[in-house]
Amino acid sequence: MSEASPAKAYGLHFGAIALLFVLSFLLPEYYHGLLARIMVLAVFAMGYNMLFGYVGLLSLGHAMFFSAGLYGAGLAVIQLGWSVPAAFAAGLCCGVVLSLVIGLLALRTSGVAFMIVTMMFAQVFYLIILYFSSWTGGDQGMVVPQPARVLAFGATSLDLTNPTVRYMSALGLFSLVLMITLVLVRSRYGRVLVAIRENEERTKMLGYDTFSNKLAAVVISGIVCAASGAAYALLFGYVGSGFASVQYSILPLLWVLLGGAATTLGPLIGTLFMYYVIDITSGYTSAYLLIVGVALILLVLFFPKGILGSMRQRWLGWLP
Amino acid sequence: MTPLLTTKGLSRNFGGLRAVDSVDFTLMPGEIRAVIGPNGAGKTTFVSLVSGRIQPSSGMIVFDGADITGLPAYVRVRQGIAYTFQITSVFANLTAYDNVALPVQRTLSDGRSKGAVRAGVMAALDRTGLADRAHMPAGQLSYGHQRLLEVAMGLALKPRLLILDEPTQGLADSEIDNFITLVREIAANATVLLIEHNMPVVMQLADRITVFNAGKILAEGTPEAIRENAAVQQAYLGTAP
Ligand SMILES: Nc1ncnc2c1ncn2[C@@H]1O[C@H](COP(=O)(O)OP(=O)(O)OP(=O)(O)O)[C@@H](O)[C@H]1O
Ligand SMILES: [Mg+2]
Repeated sequence: MSEASPAKAYGLHFGAIALLFVLSFLLPEYYHGLLARIMVLAVFAMGYNMLFGYVGLLSLGHAMFFSAGLYGAGLAVIQLGWSVPAAFAAGLCCGVVLSLVIGLLALRTSGVAFMIVTMMFAQVFYLIILYFSSWTGGDQGMVVPQPARVLAFGATSLDLTNPTVRYMSALGLFSLVLMITLVLVRSRYGRVLVAIRENEERTKMLGYDTFSNKLAAVVISGIVCAASGAAYALLFGYVGSGFASVQYSILPLLWVLLGGAATTLGPLIGTLFMYYVIDITSGYTSAYLLIVGVALILLVLFFPKGILGSMRQRWLGWLP
Repeated sequence: MTPLLTTKGLSRNFGGLRAVDSVDFTLMPGEIRAVIGPNGAGKTTFVSLVSGRIQPSSGMIVFDGADITGLPAYVRVRQGIAYTFQITSVFANLTAYDNVALPVQRTLSDGRSKGAVRAGVMAALDRTGLADRAHMPAGQLSYGHQRLLEVAMGLALKPRLLILDEPTQGLADSEIDNFITLVREIAANATVLLIEHNMPVVMQLADRITVFNAGKILAEGTPEAIRENAAVQQAYLGTAP
């Protein structure tokens, strides 16, 4: 893995980032905003992919990590009046703590039990948000006030509600996480994670403490998903319990499956694809979910490993 | 000289079956010890207990003077007990290179440099004759080559005790000769515990032989003594050499 074509892989990733950068100046307003949102959600998908794609742990509770970041950052601004960087850090901290606790508990199980346990914890998290609705805004959610969404550097300041600033912030976070993912999966640690996915028993017998390695992966995944949630709150100015619902645990799984599990760019492709299919079809018919469903079925039939996963299998063996 | 490995009253039950039954076993450092015995005698179960893959029902395992009975398998591997699986258990979807890189990168003491991993991996693949297949997915190697890859992974762990569970199964005769040379080389720096059905291999390699039957040690001694042992021939029902 770490032997194959590093130049090509890095070239492709920098190319993708450059393309997204250029698109900022070409896209019409509506799609510009949509793509910013997609990039933030693709970070969520990348965090999910870290665990599902590379370690082979299928969680059905990742909405809680996204929401930990979302509420951690959102409430820090709304309720405590924190600045944007402090609020973002608060979101990340919530993600770390939550994923560490959940990892320690849920990793005692595996397979279907892991799916159920993570789903239960996410449900508990969701209900807690609803229970403390006086503080969290419950299912109505809360708006992060526009004046608070400003990044101040001494005299100058960046208004995160400005479309270009928002797009570039989303792109910055996306690029950072993408490159971290690329470096990580090509590293020795990445090799161990894949080994655990392929044959955990054997990995132990090579002297690896697989529990600790998996726990680290859960925490990394949790931080990335929380970063996505925190960015969402600060860039798009809304926190709501819908993001903690089971739907938002299933969505990253779908995005990753579509784009290609265990591919670095798959999560972006999957998220992009889902959004654009929904967007295009909903313009033609109100039964757009039916078309989305058919598209999903066709994809699973012809690209069982997701778009990038199947491309890697058939043509592009070097794809990370 | 203190033994490298000792077991005392080591037992493992599967339901009503005593797969390993109060085994007292001693292995001296530097030895090549062969373990033989009929199918189902408990050989694999015994070495699985030693490596920590399964837990004993009772008894004690001492490695290099320390009680390791309660240690998890990965800690035992780090202390120098390497186990190659009887049922081939390579990472089928990873390349032969990556299979060996996993043990190499963990045992590297000088840490960071990528060249060190590469050198370690190629050395282990070279010794097992797999260097030209480094970039093939392990699952696409022939069965015999997968067995050799298992050995390469075990080697790469730089073990003090290397447990080989029927390593020559599926190897061609020419490969077996190379294998015998390889085990001799390994034994220069490590103690080898070799489970083997191929008697010519056992007779050429072993310093001593332990014979298992029905979960117990039936006999132990030099190859010559075992060859002459009537009880052993009885256990093999005439299939002994
Ligand atoms: N996990 C298990 N569950 C139940 N019974 C088992 C298990 N593992 C082994 N056994 C039984 O324990 C006995 C000893 O098996 P073991 O694999 O140790 O024998 P062996 O000497 O290695 O045989 P072979 O030469 O065929 O490899 C056999 O009767 C086997 O069926
Ligand atoms: Mg056996």
